[in-house]
Amino acid sequence: MKRFLLPLAVFVVLVGFLGVGLKLDPREVPSPLIGKPAPDFSLPQLHNPEKVFSPKDAVGKVWLLNVWASWCGGCRDEHPVLMRLAQSSQVPLYGMDYKDRRDEALTWLRQWGNPYPVTVMDETGRAGIDYGVYGVPETYVIDKTGVIRYKQIGPLDEETVQGKILPLVQELQQK
Amino acid sequence: MKRLLLVLLLVPWIAAAEETWPSADNARVEARLKALAIELRCLVCQNQTLADSNAPLAEDLRREIRAMIARNMSDKDIIEFLVARYGDFVLYRPPLKATTILLWLGPFVLLAIGGMTFVLALKRRQRKLAAVVLSEEEHDRAAQLLSEGTRRS
Amino acid sequence: MVPEIGHFALILSLCIAVVQGTVPIAGAAIGNAMWMAVAKPAARGQFLFVMIAFGCLAYAFASNDFSVLYVAANSNSQLPLSYRLAAVWGAHEGSLLLWTLILTLWMVAVTLFSEHLPQAMQARILGVMGLVSFGFLLFVLTVSNPFERLIPAAADGRDLNPLLQDPGMVLHPPMLYMGYVGFSVAFSFAIAALLGGNLDAAWARWSRPWTTVAWSFLTLGIALGSGWAYYELGWGGWWFWDPVENASFMPWLAGTALIHSLAVTDKRGGFKVWTVLLAILAFSLSLLGTFLVRSGVLTSVHAFATDPKRGLFILTFLAVVVGGSLVLYAWRAPRVGLGGGFTLVSRESVLLANNVLLVVATGSVMLGTLYPLFLDALGLGKISVGPPYFDTVFVPLVTPALFLMGIGPIAQWKNAELPALATRFRWAFGVSLATAVLLPFVLGKWTPLISLGLLLAGWILATTVVNVRERLAHAVGNHMLSRLICLPRAYWGMLLAHCGIAVFIVGVTLVKGYEIEKDLRMSVGETASIGGYTFRFEGVEELKGPNYVAARGTFRVTKDGRDITEMRPEKRIYTIQNQPMTEAAIDSGLLRDLYVSLGEPLDGDAWSVRLYYKPFVNWIWGGCLIMALGGAWAVSDRRYRLTMRREQTTVPATVQPVAQEV
Repeated sequence: MKRFLLPLAVFVVLVGFLGVGLKLDPREVPSPLIGKPAPDFSLPQLHNPEKVFSPKDAVGKVWLLNVWASWCGGCRDEHPVLMRLAQSSQVPLYGMDYKDRRDEALTWLRQWGNPYPVTVMDETGRAGIDYGVYGVPETYVIDKTGVIRYKQIGPLDEETVQGKILPLVQELQQK
Repeated sequence: MKRLLLVLLLVPWIAAAEETWPSADNARVEARLKALAIELRCLVCQNQTLADSNAPLAEDLRREIRAMIARNMSDKDIIEFLVARYGDFVLYRPPLKATTILLWLGPFVLLAIGGMTFVLALKRRQRKLAAVVLSEEEHDRAAQLLSEGTRRS
Repeated sequence: MVPEIGHFALILSLCIAVVQGTVPIAGAAIGNAMWMAVAKPAARGQFLFVMIAFGCLAYAFASNDFSVLYVAANSNSQLPLSYRLAAVWGAHEGSLLLWTLILTLWMVAVTLFSEHLPQAMQARILGVMGLVSFGFLLFVLTVSNPFERLIPAAADGRDLNPLLQDPGMVLHPPMLYMGYVGFSVAFSFAIAALLGGNLDAAWARWSRPWTTVAWSFLTLGIALGSGWAYYELGWGGWWFWDPVENASFMPWLAGTALIHSLAVTDKRGGFKVWTVLLAILAFSLSLLGTFLVRSGVLTSVHAFATDPKRGLFILTFLAVVVGGSLVLYAWRAPRVGLGGGFTLVSRESVLLANNVLLVVATGSVMLGTLYPLFLDALGLGKISVGPPYFDTVFVPLVTPALFLMGIGPIAQWKNAELPALATRFRWAFGVSLATAVLLPFVLGKWTPLISLGLLLAGWILATTVVNVRERLAHAVGNHMLSRLICLPRAYWGMLLAHCGIAVFIVGVTLVKGYEIEKDLRMSVGETASIGGYTFRFEGVEELKGPNYVAARGTFRVTKDGRDITEMRPEKRIYTIQNQPMTEAAIDSGLLRDLYVSLGEPLDGDAWSVRLYYKPFVNWIWGGCLIMALGGAWAVSDRRYRLTMRREQTTVPATVQPVAQEV
């Protein structure tokens, strides 16, 4: 007689999964780079194109890499949050200007403010591919040994910064 | 004016299309690219394959793959390159690993269960009907006896 | 004013649904004829009010009433009238209203064509349908109201998604919903039978025409969706195993199993439990499909605008309806008896194997579709499951079923002797094997899959011929024609539907095996060759449509020097949403399609162009059309019409179950 209850049992399990599925975002692509060393690059700086910057230059400190572009609407949305973060000076925020034009990027920063001590230019998007960038803005938390510890997909908001990013940064800074 | 409007509206696509154009001597490369790209998901237009998508990232990745083919990387290495950066999500053919064994074997497990169900259903049916048949025989005997009794009396 | 009337009509319908869902079922349980009689007028009342609501929404679109939020989001004053009306079901809220309308339409059909059913049965069926409509109306009125106002009204609308501005897209949802919703009738029959405790051959005979009609519509709906994707999306593809495509395919597979299972229950009284379960499964999959499309749980090209509240509502509704019916099943099904016996080699066992295979296929499609969700929910990572998986898995599962399709109609009921059976197939097997092995070489290329496809299609056609010859040999009548005519329509319908599948398989096999694609850069005056045809690029001109601007290319096509046709693909920009669209040029033929798609303009006067040669591609949709026609032909069988007429004039006998479990 129990075999007649089998369809119901299967269905209940299915509904359970579907219910959990309602809270997930099927479009979000989690990064396989978490826990792996930040891919190396050597890109010209936006404000001083003759100089280059590489993740090796930041070894020894915990830092954030923010991928942005002047043509990106979400970057505009997260910009005030980044400015506040930069002003609090808790963690250096480096920018990577993704597939952008230098003059437009400079204008954008002049207009809205520059939270980055250094911004590099990834004009072809090749470094972005190494970082698994698929949509801007994206932000990475990188620790003292150069390993990626967290990736934020999409614009940062105050809640995520206070709730996830800063606590993680503090934890990593103590190591 | 209309032409200008049309051209302006198509600018992003014009600009992107310049480098992606195959030339005759790259036919072999293009064939390999196509075979790989139809099994890869575009991360931006997530409902299109990398072969069909016009998104800028798709153009970039196709260019990357062409470069890798030109460097004589094997299909396996190219796929590993992409998976290292974007995860398994980029593959339309799910890799066979511990978490996907159930996926790949599932249909055949279901088939085996189906086969067992079929056999069990037949057996159960034979058993139940055999039971009924016996009592039918008994009924026949009873009916026969009864009709004999009616005839006699 | 008009939208408010529509809104009010929906509220009235909801009230009627509450009554329809409770009173007749209670009446059937206690035997109160007056309560049971409530069902028919309630169903007709619901149809009337939902029709009014739908009319009000259509009016709002036709009259460009942009004070209605849904109209403003999906229409535009420059949109041609026919598309403004089709836009009614262009997005979530309106398409749900269409779903509900079609449900009430089926309800009315049940009231009109069920005179021969016992009143208790009729009351229960309409009662269950009333409960379903209650759920949908509640959903529409709470979180998906198409009549919501936009204050202040928009000056103009955001236009219908350009992808939907197309005749195929206009027909596809209504056909699909006729199918999905039609399975609710079979479902209601099954629930009514479980409630009443009278699952028997008569119940199956009543259910069959309803199920077959719903199945035919679903076949057409899926074919329309596939055909639309082929000519509209510009890549020449016609099936992507996209989650929403799978969501429509799963009920189709279950519905096919249901039709065959009903045949056994009708003719031999067997498989009753299977049939009930399949009826519940088919409709549950329809509801699951509705959930998957509208909840945002899976990425899909079709997904409607999602909202977690909506997803939760549908999931709850799904849980209640399906969970409830499975509880009823678990309670009542054990008491259902078995039908007539049969041996391992017999038509029943072939149909049982068919049931099993189709259910396994359905399960596999579901596994592939939902697996990414399962892994993500368990935190085990994110994967994609696409065509490479489904193509690999589906073909081996469905091949045995297709093979059995040739055997089933020929095998006798109850017991078919294997040696005798095998002899009857010798010729058919030989012919199909020969075709499968030789034809690919004639056509130019051989792969195992091409042979497999041709073998299966040939097998189905050859066994059909064998079947007809045998039936004619045993039929009554001196003349071939009189013998052909006296064979029942249900029989011809079945053969037609099976042949439709063979035609479909030929289309799929030959297109996938022999299609040619060329991706090139062409300047004006350049030519390219494909499949024996030569294409000459003559240039591009601009033109303006009602709500778009376009660049239209001209290609002159010749074959061996003879002019064949001129093809004009377009690259459009729909101005309001600033969305580009490719309108491919297709030269359709019975044996091949030529397909040209404009890419992007390159330097100079060159454009990137895709040329395709697609042999036999129209056989894919032709096969689906033949399948649907087969279903329609089968339903027009005298048996159903006579039954209706006969039972109208006699007192319906009380229905007894065929065999009782001791």
